[in-house]
Amino acid sequence: MRIFDPHIHMTSRTTDDYERMYQAGVRAVVEPAFWLGQPRTSPGTFADYFDGLLGWEPYRAAQFGIVHHCAIALNPKEANDPRLRPVLDLLPRYLAKDHVVAVGEVGYDDITPAEDEALTRQLALAIEHDLPVLVHTPHRDKAVGTRRTLDVVRESGLPPERVLVDHLNEMTVGMVADSGCWMGFSVYPDTKMDEDRMITILKEYGPARILVNSAADWGRSDPLKTRAVADAMLASGFSEAEVETVLWDNPAAFYGQSGRLDLSEATAGEDYAGNSVLRGAPRD
Amino acid sequence: MTTPHLPGFVLSEEGARWLAASTERIRTDDRALAALFPLAGRACGRAPIPGFPGWTVDQAVRVELLRALSRTGAPLGETIFELYAHGDAAERLAVLKALPVLAACNRLGDAGLPIVRDALRTNDARLVRAALGPYAAEHLPDHAYRQAVLKCVFIGVPLGAVTGLDRRADEELARMMADYARERLLAGREVPPDVWPLVERHPAVLTGIRSLLTEAGHLN
Repeated sequence: MRIFDPHIHMTSRTTDDYERMYQAGVRAVVEPAFWLGQPRTSPGTFADYFDGLLGWEPYRAAQFGIVHHCAIALNPKEANDPRLRPVLDLLPRYLAKDHVVAVGEVGYDDITPAEDEALTRQLALAIEHDLPVLVHTPHRDKAVGTRRTLDVVRESGLPPERVLVDHLNEMTVGMVADSGCWMGFSVYPDTKMDEDRMITILKEYGPARILVNSAADWGRSDPLKTRAVADAMLASGFSEAEVETVLWDNPAAFYGQSGRLDLSEATAGEDYAGNSVLRGAPRD
Repeated sequence: MTTPHLPGFVLSEEGARWLAASTERIRTDDRALAALFPLAGRACGRAPIPGFPGWTVDQAVRVELLRALSRTGAPLGETIFELYAHGDAAERLAVLKALPVLAACNRLGDAGLPIVRDALRTNDARLVRAALGPYAAEHLPDHAYRQAVLKCVFIGVPLGAVTGLDRRADEELARMMADYARERLLAGREVPPDVWPLVERHPAVLTGIRSLLTEAGHLN
């Protein structure tokens, strides 16, 4: 079984996680730019973070046989800090990079005017750089935030098939399904979605346009939740082809719209894990 | 269009057209480089170049883009450092590989050293390896060169990839390598084989760890 986790914050995870993910079948990930738990206070720390997403993190992932791409954006939470407005001016230079396959995460957190402006500007950047967009939906007041997100996306002129609306649940999946956007579900140990509810939604909506991610980060989360959903799908009667649709084909198709998704290393076969020059190099 | 720094390598027709148009734009206005540099892989490809081990198409094309800059000396160094600092890993690799090419036209002098030093501070073996090419062999001061070679042994970059060892490996480097070997032997760990050729060039240094090597079964 091969798995593409379309939303995971590997910067916050250890090499143990990479090893376990590989063993579970994860061969590709997309890491969207988000906040780091501790609010940042200057644009320079964003540049360093973006550089890490384009340099160190894909290098680290490759050591464990996992292909790493990223999405770049000013996240909604930090969009509220006026000191970080200049991050929006840094974005064009990063959105030109080979391994950037989307603008993201953008969206709403507190649903403020500052978030409105950052979202609108970044949707315009996505059109300009011909990239799809990963949209975060808020934890609080989720239904209202999601409805408003869909309105703003529609007004932006971005075609719905270029937009993935993430962190959906039973209350928000319907409106996103109707919009034509891709539907993302984050499966967490305690919050957001769990495996059983995910199966119920998959049974109702079918596997088309649905993506499942672990959204694992520095909080309580589990990078193997994608595999847990795959196992739950098989146990509840979905075919292997349907599992592959949700956990590989859909993320590959969505991010593939960037024209920059390169999965050749992930599909080169099992040899990859053994032939890295760097694996097993002496390290203390 | 061929790439003069890799004689005989010819780009695809489409790639050559892109490169010709791009170098022309850079010659007209240096500032075009920042937007063109990240596009090289998408425009021209990223395959390895037959006959030039270690080179890929995107690297060769990016080196040509840098050669189109009209600046020299410190201003050239600042321009390419800025490009390197904003680059992803592939762009950084290309800037590092361009250093000896730019220096060969007698245009760069020591002004590329900040880039080499930055790459040597990373923990990315690809960048460390690329940093230790002919430019570093020529320009890096002794202490930094020795530290860089020792770092290669630490992170698993084969010393066969390091330029200038024949000329620059001195007794102090042999001493550092021997100390590293001693540390490994005392911990019951293997010593990377690349250590020995450097140590053996200085018999006095080798003598110092002979008893440990005998115990570990490396010498009889």
